[in-house]
Amino acid sequence: MQAIVKKLFSLILTVLVISFLTFIIFSIIPGNAALAKLGVDASPEQIAAMEEKLQLNDPVIIRYGRWLFGALRGDFGESLQYSGVTVGELLGSRLPVTMVLAGISFLLIVLLSVPVALFCVKFRDRLPDRILTVLGQVMMAVPAFFLGILITYIFGLLLRAFRPGAYEGLSLRYLFFPALSIAIPKIAMTVRFLKSSVRGELSQDYVRTARAHGASEDQVLKNHVLRNALIPVITFLALVIGEILAGSIVAEQVFSVPGLGRLLITSISARDYPVVQAIVMYITTVVVSLDFLVDLLYRLVDPRLRRGG
Amino acid sequence: MKRSLAILLAFGLILSAVLTGCASDGKKEETGEDAPKHTETEPSYGGHLVYGMTQDLVSLDPHESTDAGTRSVVFNIYEGLVKPSSSGDLIAAVAEDYQIDQAGTEYVFTLREGIKFQNGQEVTLKDIEYSFNRYAEFSGENSAFVKSVKELSFPDEKTVRITLTNPDSEFLSELTFAIIPDGNDPNENPIGTGPYMVTEYKAGQYLDLSKNQYYWVEKEPYLDTVRFKFISDVNTAFTELQAGTIDVLNYLTTAQVEALKKSAGDEFRIVEGNMNLVHAMYLNNQAGPLSDVRVRQALCYAVDRDAINSFLFAGKSIIIGSHMTPQLPTWYEPAAASVYTYDVQKAKDLLEQAGYKDGFDLTITVPSAYSQHVDTAQIIADQLSLVGIRVTIKQVEWTVWLSDVYKGRDYEATVIGFDGKLNPSDWMAKYGTDAPKNMMNYSNAEYDELLEKALKAVDTEEKASYYKQMQMNLAENAASVYIEDPADFVAMNSQFDGYVFYPTTAWDVSKIYQISGK
Repeated sequence: MQAIVKKLFSLILTVLVISFLTFIIFSIIPGNAALAKLGVDASPEQIAAMEEKLQLNDPVIIRYGRWLFGALRGDFGESLQYSGVTVGELLGSRLPVTMVLAGISFLLIVLLSVPVALFCVKFRDRLPDRILTVLGQVMMAVPAFFLGILITYIFGLLLRAFRPGAYEGLSLRYLFFPALSIAIPKIAMTVRFLKSSVRGELSQDYVRTARAHGASEDQVLKNHVLRNALIPVITFLALVIGEILAGSIVAEQVFSVPGLGRLLITSISARDYPVVQAIVMYITTVVVSLDFLVDLLYRLVDPRLRRGG
Repeated sequence: MKRSLAILLAFGLILSAVLTGCASDGKKEETGEDAPKHTETEPSYGGHLVYGMTQDLVSLDPHESTDAGTRSVVFNIYEGLVKPSSSGDLIAAVAEDYQIDQAGTEYVFTLREGIKFQNGQEVTLKDIEYSFNRYAEFSGENSAFVKSVKELSFPDEKTVRITLTNPDSEFLSELTFAIIPDGNDPNENPIGTGPYMVTEYKAGQYLDLSKNQYYWVEKEPYLDTVRFKFISDVNTAFTELQAGTIDVLNYLTTAQVEALKKSAGDEFRIVEGNMNLVHAMYLNNQAGPLSDVRVRQALCYAVDRDAINSFLFAGKSIIIGSHMTPQLPTWYEPAAASVYTYDVQKAKDLLEQAGYKDGFDLTITVPSAYSQHVDTAQIIADQLSLVGIRVTIKQVEWTVWLSDVYKGRDYEATVIGFDGKLNPSDWMAKYGTDAPKNMMNYSNAEYDELLEKALKAVDTEEKASYYKQMQMNLAENAASVYIEDPADFVAMNSQFDGYVFYPTTAWDVSKIYQISGK
């Protein structure tokens, strides 16, 4: 119990430190929201007035304090790039999109990587395994945006399975394609990881015993090996969720999906720090909490850790 | 290992077969001839158009100073007492008629009979006064607008009189500021008198407009609804155009135009115009070797503008030699374009005279998001290497460019395009020694004197002669390396027609219509 409280405390601390760091980094890089908003047509006087209006002239610490004070009460302020729009409103419409997108990606990863990995192990060192291994390596090496463009081209323009850019209101059919582009490299990674995990288990004594009892290769894999091999994979999948969020930044851009990732990119170039802060906070919280959950899960699975804590 | 290589090769072969198969499919559709340039089409009423834009909308507030992309869009929502026409004149809009007295100090406007806002409310003088004050406040105390107005008065219910402190014949173009209802906050509820009204705005995604049923121009607009859709990535936007998700897209590259013609010959019409920009390699006139006029002239001789034009714009841009677009013929000095010809030897001689026989190092800072500027910088770098100038291209983020180059003036050379309003001072005043926007750090006594005279002149012809002399001054002193007014290739779904180019920033959707029978 004490260990859990300790862990929870470090979780909150991590989020705070990251929020501070992003804030500092953002105030160091050149350019500010007033400049980004007004462009080359504004006079220096207008730029100065806008800086004043957006409260960009206060020292970083004061601005951070103001932000933190608001954030603790759930008020993330107003967007700087879009006049009169609150960060809450912006994120509110974008968050569900990214969550659904990440959900579909995760499902695809889990549903596809397990059978593919088992298939590979069954045919290990034979042609199907080799083909899939090479294919997996190619998929891991392909840059995310290129995979996105390829999928758009094949499914969008040639097969007309969806209309690129015609995304309206949480369409699952549309989101399937960006999710696919996020999932494919992750599937390749998970398959590889699962394969080595399964092969590690295969050399265990209990496998030999199972075989000796006359279990078929399929039965051995499904009933005995998979369950044991999955434990390290769960940790791995938790990490993959963080990667999915990173992948959705690219996918949302290529597929023109109005999610958090696209908002993050436009907000960074517009130096819209309240929005950037809020999104970074969201991503940090998700990743850190997952880490925490996996830790809890481990304690449940492995009694040794429970006692040791 | 060998086996996996073979598998990889086989996979590659299959993939390329699939891809080339598609390419030859496309060829069959190609008609061989370019589509006829323009055939008369019959307009119909109604329909929905999606206009793609790769620049995000900054604000729906017309009085806030914003970028060109935003102004191009809100052009459809708001109007001023006068508004720009596609031929570059100012035409009466909210005002029905106007008169300027001989001296150029008194502007009298008669309100348009029965003109209404998009919400059906009639426009009154109170609205004019409110808009005037709001615009003045946003422009700032030291702005030209506030400084030049002496008094705003309303002699009767239908008349607006603006008196100036000094005669200024360019002042009319300031009166394009948007007229909005008294007490209205456009950020919360954007209302104007333009052809389209806002129905929904999703920040960072789209702006939905619908027809203003009270619009004062007869028979316009044609379309019922228009969506301006923001797509941050240029390639994604092009894909969406091909897929039919968006109907119009500006600023296509020549490669994209070719690709469209090949793959979908008659699905799109390509409309050619100009971007109304002074596209140039701007020089910091106080940076090292560039402070020597001979060095700057050498750069002008060493840059082959035609090569840039043919390489990036299929030769469709208009070559210029000073800071003015040919789209404004009243003020444009054509002679400036031929002050320099591409001449490597002359460039070398000038460099030698200036003491840079072995050339020098030059950094060109360009905003990385704009491929047009990056590509131009690369071509220039290549050309300058022939005269011994060693160029480093520094790509920076747009916001960094704004803060370091534009505001901080901390650069040597940069490739960018400047736009401007209909009044020539908006283009040329930035070269005045003390001008706040003088990013070039240009300082020339003769130029300052001419600028002062030009601003004071009332007679258009006299005024134009000063501005033309100023353009020659910039060219002869090689204030920057002026290149072109770039060609703007606009692709539009061929079921629509009526795209009109403006010499100012405007995407006028009120004249676009769906072709009858399509």
